[in-house]
Amino acid sequence: MFLQFVARRLMLMLLVLFGITLITFVVSHVVPADPVAAYVGSQAPQGVVEKVRHEYGLDQPLPEQYLVYLGGLLRGDLGTSIHDDRPVATDIATYFPATFELAMAAMVIAIVLGLPIGVIVATRKDKLVDHMARALSLTGVSLPVFFLALLLLAVFYVKLGVLPGPGELSPYTQPPPRVTGMMLVDTLLAGDLPAFQDAFSHLVLPAFVLGFATTGIIVRMTRSSMIEALRQDFVRTARAKGVGRYRVVVVHALRNAMIPTVTVIGLAFGSLLSGAVLTETIFSWPGLGRYATESVVTLDIPAIMGVTIVAAFTYSVVNLVVDVAYALLDPRITY
Amino acid sequence: MASTPLPITQEADLLREGAGAVTWLEGVRRLLTNPTAAVGSILVGFWILIAIAGPLAAPQNPYMQHLDARLTPPSALQWLGTDSLGRDILSRLLYGARLSISGGFAVVAAAVVIGTLAGVTAGFFGGVWDDLVMRVTDMFLAFPSLILAMAIAAVLHPSLTNALIAVAVTWWPTYARLIRGQTLAVKENQYVEAACALGMGKIGIIARHILPNAFAPVLVQATLDVGAVILTLAGLSFIGFGAQPPTPEWGVMVSDGRSFLQTQWWVPTLPALAILSLVLACNLAGDGLRDLLDPRSER
Repeated sequence: MFLQFVARRLMLMLLVLFGITLITFVVSHVVPADPVAAYVGSQAPQGVVEKVRHEYGLDQPLPEQYLVYLGGLLRGDLGTSIHDDRPVATDIATYFPATFELAMAAMVIAIVLGLPIGVIVATRKDKLVDHMARALSLTGVSLPVFFLALLLLAVFYVKLGVLPGPGELSPYTQPPPRVTGMMLVDTLLAGDLPAFQDAFSHLVLPAFVLGFATTGIIVRMTRSSMIEALRQDFVRTARAKGVGRYRVVVVHALRNAMIPTVTVIGLAFGSLLSGAVLTETIFSWPGLGRYATESVVTLDIPAIMGVTIVAAFTYSVVNLVVDVAYALLDPRITY
Repeated sequence: MASTPLPITQEADLLREGAGAVTWLEGVRRLLTNPTAAVGSILVGFWILIAIAGPLAAPQNPYMQHLDARLTPPSALQWLGTDSLGRDILSRLLYGARLSISGGFAVVAAAVVIGTLAGVTAGFFGGVWDDLVMRVTDMFLAFPSLILAMAIAAVLHPSLTNALIAVAVTWWPTYARLIRGQTLAVKENQYVEAACALGMGKIGIIARHILPNAFAPVLVQATLDVGAVILTLAGLSFIGFGAQPPTPEWGVMVSDGRSFLQTQWWVPTLPALAILSLVLACNLAGDGLRDLLDPRSER
């Protein structure tokens, strides 16, 4: 039964991914802008334009181009970037780890802050802390993330000087040999503790900025599902039996309140990966978001398609994992 | 439903009035007695008023540069100071309100219309059409919306209008999902069956019975989304894929003023605060509306 459920979800996911390649392809090829003209410049002779067009297969009929693209995709080939002439898959492999690390850090911050705050305010419903947390989480989803980034940089980097500025490492720090592409992991693998500290302090601000809105969402979700759980009969029974307050809240209520929270965490992670665009731009973070921005500016269509497909793929996989986790967490759910 | 049949006339009365039906006036009264909703709606009303009347009230032309009066701090003469080109920030904020608010509402309205049409027909007719609509929404939901919006904005040339189109394209599936679920629930009601038995046409049933009863969560979501859309549009403008300088759009204004945060704080901070207060107002109003319309939600 369970395997059948997973298999059906996998099939649906493949269908969705196929549709995404189709939409991306149509959007990026039936557009008034000409990427070849953008690449060679407006002064290039017609012969050069035709040659480039042929080189990238852009002179073939659209359905044929799509089939060629799809065939390449199945072999893990995302095409060649028009902008830097490297395979898009290589580019994405280069930039993805930085985004992944940033999104993970943001998620950790959001969970570490959001979950306890949500639990605490649920046990003090309508008290002062509750109102303060609500105001804070509302501000979290209402504040323009780009301004928060500028503000924190101004305060912690420029004014106080306690945290470093944009980038993954200080210019004076020797980057570790690239293994995973994630700075924290690579510096640890290299056994370079000062570099690790440097990478860590560079990660704090962008991760906080990226995770700020998610923190608010997790607080609200945890709060409402905890309030719901605390009202259940089994909680009252546990209290009546004389179980300690801490145990009632954490063991009895929280475990049951976790299900909706896990869903939100999963969904938020998917959107963190693609929502990193603004944060990465401001913090000069060498991730997928910045790569996407550069590709869009240069109309690098294979690169845009690659980023879109990878992001959609990640989102779909995370969604699948959440669904499966959901089913495992809650024995009442049947597949 | 009632187990003992009511006399026909009485049942008709109930049908006409509906169990929890309230007049508009009563609705407004309830909205204003909920403190969050009251603060939110008053603030939203304030901004809408500014969007309408702002350009008339603006003391100066928002594009007019006064290079001899660059970066002047807020004063009695120029309440909110001037930016790096000597333009009056108050006037630019007042003009920008119209862009942000109309942009937010336009995108959400377009998304609601498309999503509602797709969702209500999918839920009502079911079958192949339902499957098709749901798979298409799956695809659009899996899209990295900001990247898609950037790509669309870039291929159509960056402008506020194209950013609006791009964001609307990525936003409608949420509503399709929402209204489909509601439709599935509402169509099981006896009054739908009754309307069917009376020979009412399908379109009539959808318009008269399904939509009015399925719309409340969409309204809540839409109110909350206006804020989110305004943020997204400002973000797109901030990184250069939305409104272009010298348009007095708030995201553009923050971007223009970003290097003055240390020295002339008012240049980037005031437009950011404008965005914050407008989005916060939408979120408060949406929260309050949810409390009112959804008795199950726990405050």
